[in-house]
Amino acid sequence: MVESYRRRSPLASFGLPARAAAQSPEAVADADLQLGERPHRCQINLRGNPQDGRFLEAVRNAAGLALPTEPNRVAAAGELKALWLGPDEWLILGPGGRETELVGTLARGLQGQHAGATDVSEARTWILVAGGRARALLARGIPLDLHPREFRPGHCAQTGLAGANIILQQTDDRPSYEIGVTNSFADHLWHWLERGAIDYRVAISV
Amino acid sequence: MTRRNLRLADRGRLDRSQPIRFIFNGRTYYGYKGDTLASALIANGVALVGRSFKYHRPRGIMTAGSEEPNGLVQLGQGARTEPNIRATQIELYDGLVAASQNCWPSVGFDLGATNNLLSRFFPAGFYYKTFMWPASFWMKYEYFIRRAAGLGKAPGEPDPDRYDKTYAHCDVLVAGGGPAGIAAALAAARAGARVVLADEQAEFGGQLLHSRSEEIAGRPAVDWVAAAVAELSTMPEVTLLRRTTAFAYQDHNFVELVERVTDHLGPGADGPRQRYWRLRARQVVLAAGAIERPLVFADNDRPGIMLASAGRAYANRYGVAVGDKVLVFTGNDSAYRAALDLAEAGTAIAAIVDLRPDAGGPLVAEARGKGIEVLAAHAVTATRGSARLEGVTVMPLNAAGDGVTGGGRQIACDALLMSGGWNPAIHLFSHNRGKLRFDERVQSFVPGEPVRGCHTAGAMNGAFETADCLAQGFAAGRKAASEAGASGEAGSVPTVTRAEPAESPDRVLWIVPSDKPLGEGGKHFVDHQNDVTAADVALAHREGYRSVEHLKRYTTMGMGTDQGKTSNVNALAIMAALRDRQIPEVGHTTFRPPFAPVTIGAFSGHDKGDLFDPIRKTPMHGWHEKTGAPFEDVGQWKRAWYYPKPGEDMHAAVAREVKAVRAGVGIVDASTLGKIDIKGSDAARLLNMVYTNAWSKLEIGRCRYGLMCGEDGMVFDDGVTTRLGEQHFLMSTTTGNAARVLGWLEEWLQCEWPDWQVHCTSVTEQFATVGLNGPMARKLLAELTDDIPLDDAAFPFMSIREGHVAGIAARVMRISFTGELTFEINVAASYGLALWEALMAAGEKYGITPYGTEAMHVLRAEKGFIIVGQETDGTQTPQDLDMAWIVSKQKPDHLGKRSFLRTDTARPDRKHLVGLLTENPSEVIPEGGQVVAELKNQPPMTMLGHVTSSYYSPNVGRSIAMAVVKNGRNRMGDTVYVPLVDRVIRAKVTEPRFFDLEGARLNG
Repeated sequence: MVESYRRRSPLASFGLPARAAAQSPEAVADADLQLGERPHRCQINLRGNPQDGRFLEAVRNAAGLALPTEPNRVAAAGELKALWLGPDEWLILGPGGRETELVGTLARGLQGQHAGATDVSEARTWILVAGGRARALLARGIPLDLHPREFRPGHCAQTGLAGANIILQQTDDRPSYEIGVTNSFADHLWHWLERGAIDYRVAISV
Repeated sequence: MTRRNLRLADRGRLDRSQPIRFIFNGRTYYGYKGDTLASALIANGVALVGRSFKYHRPRGIMTAGSEEPNGLVQLGQGARTEPNIRATQIELYDGLVAASQNCWPSVGFDLGATNNLLSRFFPAGFYYKTFMWPASFWMKYEYFIRRAAGLGKAPGEPDPDRYDKTYAHCDVLVAGGGPAGIAAALAAARAGARVVLADEQAEFGGQLLHSRSEEIAGRPAVDWVAAAVAELSTMPEVTLLRRTTAFAYQDHNFVELVERVTDHLGPGADGPRQRYWRLRARQVVLAAGAIERPLVFADNDRPGIMLASAGRAYANRYGVAVGDKVLVFTGNDSAYRAALDLAEAGTAIAAIVDLRPDAGGPLVAEARGKGIEVLAAHAVTATRGSARLEGVTVMPLNAAGDGVTGGGRQIACDALLMSGGWNPAIHLFSHNRGKLRFDERVQSFVPGEPVRGCHTAGAMNGAFETADCLAQGFAAGRKAASEAGASGEAGSVPTVTRAEPAESPDRVLWIVPSDKPLGEGGKHFVDHQNDVTAADVALAHREGYRSVEHLKRYTTMGMGTDQGKTSNVNALAIMAALRDRQIPEVGHTTFRPPFAPVTIGAFSGHDKGDLFDPIRKTPMHGWHEKTGAPFEDVGQWKRAWYYPKPGEDMHAAVAREVKAVRAGVGIVDASTLGKIDIKGSDAARLLNMVYTNAWSKLEIGRCRYGLMCGEDGMVFDDGVTTRLGEQHFLMSTTTGNAARVLGWLEEWLQCEWPDWQVHCTSVTEQFATVGLNGPMARKLLAELTDDIPLDDAAFPFMSIREGHVAGIAARVMRISFTGELTFEINVAASYGLALWEALMAAGEKYGITPYGTEAMHVLRAEKGFIIVGQETDGTQTPQDLDMAWIVSKQKPDHLGKRSFLRTDTARPDRKHLVGLLTENPSEVIPEGGQVVAELKNQPPMTMLGHVTSSYYSPNVGRSIAMAVVKNGRNRMGDTVYVPLVDRVIRAKVTEPRFFDLEGARLNG
């Protein structure tokens, strides 16, 4: 087995943990924007027919989740979430380390169906954008309306930001947003976010 | 030039405790906070501000707003200098530096002014007539014409300022913050709508800001504005955008605005300079107001001649008298307000010249009562003065208004305020395909048929009375909010408790006659910015350019930076009269965005420099960077190009890398190649259709190379696909086509074969991929794995094994793009760097050599492997590429198969991929070189094709090249030529393979 310190997140070169450690508590308290990386999550791309009861049942048995069928909604159960990505596509999101077991359980449960589970945990990192300025910062690049009347915790969307395809979800009312972005774009997106936040008081959150 | 002071003591919304120093044309002046550059210049007695575009005539400020055609200045210095900025919109800040444009050596003495003397030789359409022949000279003419035009200078250095851009959404956008706009915003916001109120000025209020006598809801109009704005600013769902121009109104209520965030603070202020808003509104209320119409009379362009409303705004809002002795020339009552306000402030009114024979009504009576001379049924027929107006000639009009009866009277004045009526500002409405209607009462165009989701209110509807503006605005705001789903209590319409006197009807004379024929003597300017006169419109008419669109292009009327805001309607009306038609029959030109010029920087926001386009990086990117590798752009990816050692140039580095791969072991980062996970009972069926070869019988654990064709039979991608399970494949694509191939598969599955049971998932970024190539690859890999047997029997070419490499879970494939023994190792992306470093460390004793894309290209070319996009350009079939072997004859169908039967596709003499070996083995043909069989002294020659790849190959010991050549396969052994600018390269046509022809090296 390989040691985990050899593992690198897509934003490792930014030294975010060190930057976070160097922040004064006052600066953190005073910040109007938190940025951070949330890497190494369990991410499983799930395909199947939600009109097929056997499919929903198999997913419920394997992951304990009732898949959302309303577009752009997130369903949560325990430490797992399911993000609606399309009429027959979801992203199962959970803590890192669960992917191998979960993708196996799902695959077994879905055997014989036109359905599939693919481990994409390594393909994407997540970036946290939270705090009073989060909405304004994201509005600079995301064409969707993030006003609380339109987009709330439990909502998700696939959209574009800074030229990258992203998955966006709101996780609380601070507001906190998490942006799922494929590894190769993460470096660019982080630069873009920091540059866009130049007028804000930014704290790095780890 | 003597200094003058035209400040009015107790007028204006200025902060006189804050004097501001500024420099105009090298001279220092002072103004106050609250001034614009225009008002400060007028206050300092500076009437001459610039020179006109074509005739270089002296010009001054004509308006007080964004419609300004004359007062364009070069603002700022160095990298921050900006041309064509309207002095009327520049808020004064300390240290402001501005200069006149379009004059040399100075605005006072301008050599270009000779154009004015020669103006009879510069009629409309002059350029078209004069510079048409010979056609090849146009480029030369254009250079001089552009220099002569010289409207300002673009900065020569990069823009040091920061710009911002943002998306925004609202229920109701109100464009225009005058009485109608404010009322609309109040109604919509109180109803609970998310409201954005935008106005191009520094303060909300519009015309109310220079209204002195009106009262709304029992208080002075400006106080009502302040209270309304205060109310709006406390509402959390209201966004107030000052200094913000809505410049484009696109489909589906998408409105583009530009906010001048810190321009008014001067260079170097905190924050972005401007912000570009891309706003999607559920409902739009346009309350854009109206723009006063100039009168078209002889020499109506001298400095000091202004719109009457501007004179009033300068007096009441900016505390500046436009002159010491002001003459008012009008066909309506509204100009009387300016005269009365100026008179009240103590400025002498020389006379009011009124086109109407029956000038009456309360305003006229009030003027007469104040002792102002009113000359009814009179016209200004000539003006005098150069750097500033000195006086006018006034004559009585005949009854028809198309001539004067003589007997000119000279009146001295240093300013003239004119009003020909008002044109509703229908620009934005028109952007959104709103149909216009000609309104006889206002003699101008107003919004016609309503557009869905768009409401108009106030002066832009031709409703010029404040009470009507408030009522229309309030109703529009309430309706818009309700249609956007906000139906709260909006309260009642703000009422005008003290109104200005009602106005009596206008008299409109589109051309004010003089005692001379049109075009002789004075110039009747219609478009002040582009120097288009009434005589030019008549000339266009005589020469047949009668459609308004032809008129516009022939005379350049309305084509300046002001887009004809003050000139369009006058020009159309004059043309209508010449054609003896009604104005609505003549129609109007198309209004297009932008309403006012927008700085390019605002569009880019912070998407510039390294943020202009995404830069995609592999998990090992940092290592390549640290090693000093330059990068090659492959799509948005950065791929290591080569790894120079100290002292090596690219040629030396690539030569070393390609030799090392064939002699020892080379390592390459192949993470960028596309990977698609394909699952389902119809997975093999899908592959059979999208690839040209057969897939059903591929064993689990084996890999196969495939070519993809479009329906046209042309190759568009290639790659190796591996069978991971009975119903499970892993497809690889070229780096640049990864997204396109996934889209291609989805298109066929979703549109043509929706019943097939297949799911495709991109897994490109799930893996980091390292290629280990060369005779030592097996030995090296053996050191790092103990669960993958590496011998040929256990792990044959074109197969996949799973296990661990350097302790990291890995999928290893034996495939090869170099012709060498190759192991392609795929690990979880986050372990990519760890794997790379482990291989480098263990490989040191084997001389492991990292190689980049350039060496990869040479190595594959030695073997004759194509690169899609280099050997192909969308016009090559597999057969053209000498790859007929990969096209299955047994399969009933695959995409592109039918196209192979087309006569042209099946023709035997198409361009074929061949090799080229130069006669001189050290000479490398430039890629893209044209191949000919018959050499001539100079082009044209019959071109057979072009060189697609060309390198010096140290492994072959000579240069090698691939080319697509007409009928190439039947030219084997022929000599062909590649003619270049300075020499001709002779080469022999060969098979497109140069090294290890028997393929012995694949197994190490």
